[in-house]
Amino acid sequence: MPKYIVTIGLEVHAQLNTKSKMFCTCAVGYGGEPNTQTCPVCLGLPGALPVLNLGAIEKTVLTGLMLNCRTPEISKWDRKNYFYPDMPKNYQTTQMDLPLCLGGGVPLYDFAYPKDAQKSIANPGKVVNLTRIHLEEDVGKSTHHDKFTTLDFNRAGTPLMEIVSEPELDSAEEVVAYLNSLRQILIYGGVGDADMEKGQMRADVNISVRPEGQKELGTKIELKNINSMSAIRRAIKAETERQIDVLEGRHPTDRVLIQSTRRWDDDLGETTLMRSKEDAHDYRYFPCPDLIPVQTAPIIERMKPLRPELPHEKCARFEADFGLTPYDANVLASEQALASYFEQAVSAAPHVTGKKLANWIINELLGRLNEAGHGIADCTLPAGSLGELVELVETGKISNNQGKEVFAEMYTNGGKAADIVKAKGFEQVSDTGALEAIVDQIIAGAAEKVAEVKGGNEKALNWFTGQAMKLSGGKANPKLVTEIVRKKVLG
Amino acid sequence: MNLANESITSLRQRLVAKEITPTDIVTDLAKAIEARNPALGSYLSIDVEAALKEASTADVSQPLGGIPIAIKDNINVTGQPCTCGSKFLQGTYTAPYDATSIVQLRAAGAVPMGRLNMDEFAMGSTTENSALGVTRNPWDLERVPGGSSGGSASSVGGHIAIAALGSDTGGSIRQPASLCGCVGLKPTYGRVSRYGLVAFASSLDQIGPLTKTVEDSALLLNHLCGKDSRDSTTLDESVPDFTSGLKSGIKGLRIGLPKEYFIEGVHPAVSAAVAAATKHFESLGAEIVGVSLPHTDCGVATYYVLAPAEASANLARFDGVRYGHRTAIQGDLLEHYMNTRAEGFGPEVKRRILLGTYVLSSGYYDAYYLKAQRARTLIRQDFEKAFEQVDVILSPTAPSPAHKLGEISNDPLKMYLEDVFTIAANLAGLPAISVPCGFADEGGKKLPVGLQLVGPHLDEATILRAAYAYEQSTDWHKAKPSI
Repeated sequence: MPKYIVTIGLEVHAQLNTKSKMFCTCAVGYGGEPNTQTCPVCLGLPGALPVLNLGAIEKTVLTGLMLNCRTPEISKWDRKNYFYPDMPKNYQTTQMDLPLCLGGGVPLYDFAYPKDAQKSIANPGKVVNLTRIHLEEDVGKSTHHDKFTTLDFNRAGTPLMEIVSEPELDSAEEVVAYLNSLRQILIYGGVGDADMEKGQMRADVNISVRPEGQKELGTKIELKNINSMSAIRRAIKAETERQIDVLEGRHPTDRVLIQSTRRWDDDLGETTLMRSKEDAHDYRYFPCPDLIPVQTAPIIERMKPLRPELPHEKCARFEADFGLTPYDANVLASEQALASYFEQAVSAAPHVTGKKLANWIINELLGRLNEAGHGIADCTLPAGSLGELVELVETGKISNNQGKEVFAEMYTNGGKAADIVKAKGFEQVSDTGALEAIVDQIIAGAAEKVAEVKGGNEKALNWFTGQAMKLSGGKANPKLVTEIVRKKVLG
Repeated sequence: MNLANESITSLRQRLVAKEITPTDIVTDLAKAIEARNPALGSYLSIDVEAALKEASTADVSQPLGGIPIAIKDNINVTGQPCTCGSKFLQGTYTAPYDATSIVQLRAAGAVPMGRLNMDEFAMGSTTENSALGVTRNPWDLERVPGGSSGGSASSVGGHIAIAALGSDTGGSIRQPASLCGCVGLKPTYGRVSRYGLVAFASSLDQIGPLTKTVEDSALLLNHLCGKDSRDSTTLDESVPDFTSGLKSGIKGLRIGLPKEYFIEGVHPAVSAAVAAATKHFESLGAEIVGVSLPHTDCGVATYYVLAPAEASANLARFDGVRYGHRTAIQGDLLEHYMNTRAEGFGPEVKRRILLGTYVLSSGYYDAYYLKAQRARTLIRQDFEKAFEQVDVILSPTAPSPAHKLGEISNDPLKMYLEDVFTIAANLAGLPAISVPCGFADEGGKKLPVGLQLVGPHLDEATILRAAYAYEQSTDWHKAKPSI
């Protein structure tokens, strides 16, 4: 049996988080009473006209800048004609031949792969090329009941980016990584939340399989109705298996693969035929005469300064500037809020290496947050406070264990590290004179141990340190104690 | 009193002099409509109570204070029907908002009063395509008023409106104005907001005034123009006071006669009236220059590709889902669409939707739509070149005076040729006006003939000035139909 190669391209619809809709001043929002966020324009009443939302254009151009796309000098809008009850005008205003973004690519981040796949990433550092990104309006929402359908037009006219990739994804895991990376970038740019579970991001999957060794791609089949990140893996797996079964001649019903659109049923775990290429719509695109083409140059110039540092760029900088391991850098850059938490903590701790702070954040802070099922957004401990705490530990003011105790206190009850240290009486003794006195006292009563150290038993040094900690009530700086003992005993 | 006969300008003088009140005008007009609308069929509906209420609070100090304006039934006025002459919207749609032009007219003190008949969705040249009633020509009740703004023209020509708004996509203001003996002006594309005008062909539609005099036309235009944040295609250009330069005469004005417009098939009375008018212009000091618009013969064909293409998308929203007619026949979604639209639309609307759908279809787009766009550019360039030589271009407005009811309505091609002289101004986006220039005698009836003046981009002022000079030195506008 030949091995099969699966090839996937994605058409992702991502809602933009503008305040108002694409062509009218209605608020964009979720959960409102049906048909309360509507007006003559987004209801398609006779005589109403669209007016472009500049904010939506700006956010799309910014997305293009983040993904290294090219923006044509002039971008225009077209009408895509087809009838459906939740589309008020029975044409969708979209972009055909001059979209806002052409080319570009989405980098696949390691942390964006499914957890179980992160250890075995087939193509680390892969960038998936984009065909285009265009801006269009969302339709309303149909809810099908037993004998009728209800329509809610609150969503109608919400600005939507359609992000079209080249067929360059090789597995369901890469698809997940693509969607998570894309989402992360959109969040970084502040252009949208792209939460699939909330319907803010939807993906149509074009999938084909071909036997290894065959150059040309197999029959392209589009999957629709995939509503969550977990469903997308199931859908791709099921459809891949179906296509291979057909090619192998062992599928119970399907004999050949035809270019078609199929609907994913997540409950049944299978795809069913929606329409074949022969039934494809003729959308009769033509330029929308109600809208003036947009000159993009001034918008690009306005957006350039707003392009944020992206996760992979942050990683590179964290590794170079703070000596972080790629893993730590990846974790910290996985969320903009986390990365900026890290950087704030760093600036509050001038004597601490980034590596040490990264450890505290990843092990202590994220550990606690994860336990509680919280994210960095829920964290009540200010980054500056954490930085001050680690500064105290690293400059020897308190011990590592004391530091963890102070952290626990701060995490639960807040407060400043220095105050807690004082309240707990943790101030570490680093006064050499005081420490020498203690060490002299111990040496005087421990001839046997002194001999052991002299005889070359380094481990015996720890005994002295332990004694010093006991005598000082835990306040002695253990590093200094060890040094003093070494000096006094070994000379 | 018979205030219905008067112009805006004279009513305004009498209002300001406190001889009359806005209520007097509305009351008189309501009487005239009651008496003559049964014969003319200009109005589809009228809410006299609402008009009286608005008149009672009208601010006479405003430039149009207290003047009732009748509205073509494809322009939204809050709380009123907006049928577009279609069964589709009759009784099933009440406008929930004011069109921008209505907002502007109200701001100038005018009172929107009455809804005027029209060809269904503005598609036609006789108003016979209205699904809601027959409109007749005030000069001969056996004849059509022209179209699509036939209700507007017959109400103004028949003196049951002071002035009216119409819409012009291929001649729909000018041609009926010509046939009913009134003044009709189509502004430069983008001068007047289309927000609230039910779209037929978005790149060609313009709202404009139909009036008894050129001065009224200029006055109304003053309050229709301007950049509108609700219509991206409106032009951000300063709006002059169009009434201020009207009277400065036309000495030295260069008037172009396009040789392609003086063709066979034009009614002899029309040719004669336009020839006489040309001489008259010359006697007023204008210089007559022969010009050429070489792509004139592409005009009608270009129009009948582009306008239906846009219409096929614009009219897709009429699906019976949110408003308008909905079929009673039970069936699946496709059957719902097919039955609803088959029942709701008349034959001309269906013809144009089919035509538009066809020319946009994959495989035909380049051959029709794209080619027509190129032809449109050539037609626009023809005018640009001609306006290097002349200030305005003169032609007949329509090739013949009013036809008899039923005479051409069953022959779409003949009907389409009614717009042969007017279409180019829409394709080129230029301002154009029709003014009365004589009569044709047909079977003992006097039928008005109009001439058309086309001006350069944004230069409504010049065509108004020329039209005014002509009107004031002739008597055509003083004639009244005898109904």
